Amino acid sequence: MSDIILETKGLTKHYGGVHALNDANFTLKKGEHVAIMGDNGAGKSTFVRQITGVEQRTSGEIIFDGQPVHFAGPLDARKAGIETVFQTLALADDLDVPDNLFLGREKTFWDWLGPFRFLDYKSMRADTIAGLEKTAVKIPNIKNTIRNMSGGQRQCVAIARTATFHSKLTIMDEPTAALGVQETAQVENIVRTLKEAGEPLILISHNMRQVMDLVDRIIVFRRGRIVANLKKEDTDGQDVVAYITGAKTDPAYEVETL
Amino acid sequence: MSDTAHGTGGLKFDAKKRAWPNELNIFIALIIIVAVFEALGQLLPYMNNQSFLFDTRDRFDSIFNEARLRIIILQVAIIGIIALGVTQVIISGGIDLSSGPLVGATAMIVMSFAQTELVNGNPNPKAVFGPWAFDLPVLIPIVVGLIFGAFIGAINGALIAFTRIPPFIATLGMFLICRGIAQAWTRGQPVSFPTESYAALGKGMMPVFWFILLAVIFHVIMRYTLYGKHTYAIGSNEDAARMSGINVQRHKVRVYMIASMLAAFAAVILSSKNLTAQSGMGTFYELYAIAMAVIGGVSLTGGRGSIIGTVLGAMVFGVIQSGFTYIKLDAFYQLMAMGAIIISAVVLDKMRQERGAMRS
Repeated sequence: MSDIILETKGLTKHYGGVHALNDANFTLKKGEHVAIMGDNGAGKSTFVRQITGVEQRTSGEIIFDGQPVHFAGPLDARKAGIETVFQTLALADDLDVPDNLFLGREKTFWDWLGPFRFLDYKSMRADTIAGLEKTAVKIPNIKNTIRNMSGGQRQCVAIARTATFHSKLTIMDEPTAALGVQETAQVENIVRTLKEAGEPLILISHNMRQVMDLVDRIIVFRRGRIVANLKKEDTDGQDVVAYITGAKTDPAYEVETL
Repeated sequence: MSDTAHGTGGLKFDAKKRAWPNELNIFIALIIIVAVFEALGQLLPYMNNQSFLFDTRDRFDSIFNEARLRIIILQVAIIGIIALGVTQVIISGGIDLSSGPLVGATAMIVMSFAQTELVNGNPNPKAVFGPWAFDLPVLIPIVVGLIFGAFIGAINGALIAFTRIPPFIATLGMFLICRGIAQAWTRGQPVSFPTESYAALGKGMMPVFWFILLAVIFHVIMRYTLYGKHTYAIGSNEDAARMSGINVQRHKVRVYMIASMLAAFAAVILSSKNLTAQSGMGTFYELYAIAMAVIGGVSLTGGRGSIIGTVLGAMVFGVIQSGFTYIKLDAFYQLMAMGAIIISAVVLDKMRQERGAMRS
């Protein structure tokens, strides 16, 4: 087993004539936290959508956990162990925290009853509390429905899902974009606990301070191409911005412009 | 279930902020409505100090007016069975308008399999089939009815899940189809004279027994089983449910099948109780069933509501209907008043929700 959890080779996505993503070569080691930065429309989200199976790539290869993969949809990716926290939260508002955490993978007993098998509320509640404690998520009452929670609490529940189920790879698409200062800090704390637990992460963010704080490596996208692969120690905010805006391009990623 | 106060991250949970269950509101409303009718009985000049709830007759020494209570619960029991199915359909984010006509169609079909050969020593004048269909075991009409209901429900569900047409349209179409089936079955002739064992299914207080039994079963299903949880999840956020790996399409087919099977069972009980089946049976039942669910706090946007709420909603429905008769309100005005009450129930629920949303 290699220590690479995810690798893409020549990943390309065209929407009609628009080249949203071109020849992206990317590797992620186990336990590594990587940020993807870039301007709007630079190809960050397109890149993630190919990995998580939300869209089907035009060409290229994705190797996840040592196996070439072709996810037909986000569900396949999830089954393989890729958990995505989306910008639009995929939570059921009228259910409480354990229900949401275990949605689609409920613990049950009397399974011979088929679709009418019983839910093991007790065990799910215990696991939920353990999972939330592990990630230091603060929620006053886990029996509250999601509807009655703040944006930060919702985001924490969404992230706690990934932590509870020991996914092989977590992808977060702007997890703090809509949150206040305190809530952002809470989400960042969860990211740190994931790091301590050695769980790999791809973080899409516009927040330079956050990125510098949380990750080991920064990948910069510009106009559908990867233009830089920067170790955190070797760079700073100014440098990253130079790559994002196009003032600089990593020589290793230089392509002949036509 | 004593440890409801769970907090994580060192946060204490304030027990006083525990959510006030919606069902309690409906229960309070039920008591208030009974009290209002009781007061009207005392106040209205033409009522002669009658009591709505209590027994005032000298000959009996019971506390309550049992005859009235019995009629109330008997009246709502059969529509209540339909409302149980409608409740889970609405919780899943849909609607089922076909249940009333389905009652009519199922009653006609089922009764044809439940006929007795001899009526007072004479051949059955209403026989639909040949001699083979006389005096069949009671299980056969029940099974035929449930299969027919499941079939209609499967079509409803498949249309909604796979062609993605709005549930309103799919079940409206089925509404007309079922009424057509009911009329075409015997060209409008009623079907009568069931076997004794069939007539026993809906005799006396039997409809109430079935209603309570099914309400308990569906309360457990909706609250404690995977099926119930997924129904709430789909009604709450269909995309989230799909992303979580729930087979939404298959689940919707199941939801509509179960709803239609309950309506079909209600048809069995109703035709057994009435000892006859007519093509016009179940008129307005789909709307009454929806009204019971809505009065009971089931949200038409999906995701919220409960079987307990619907049962209480059915009781409110029955009490209002009986109360109108009690204060001698004209039948014409009764419909109008009922409509107004349903609208106000939804408005109140909406206001309550918005106030709750502002508080948090």
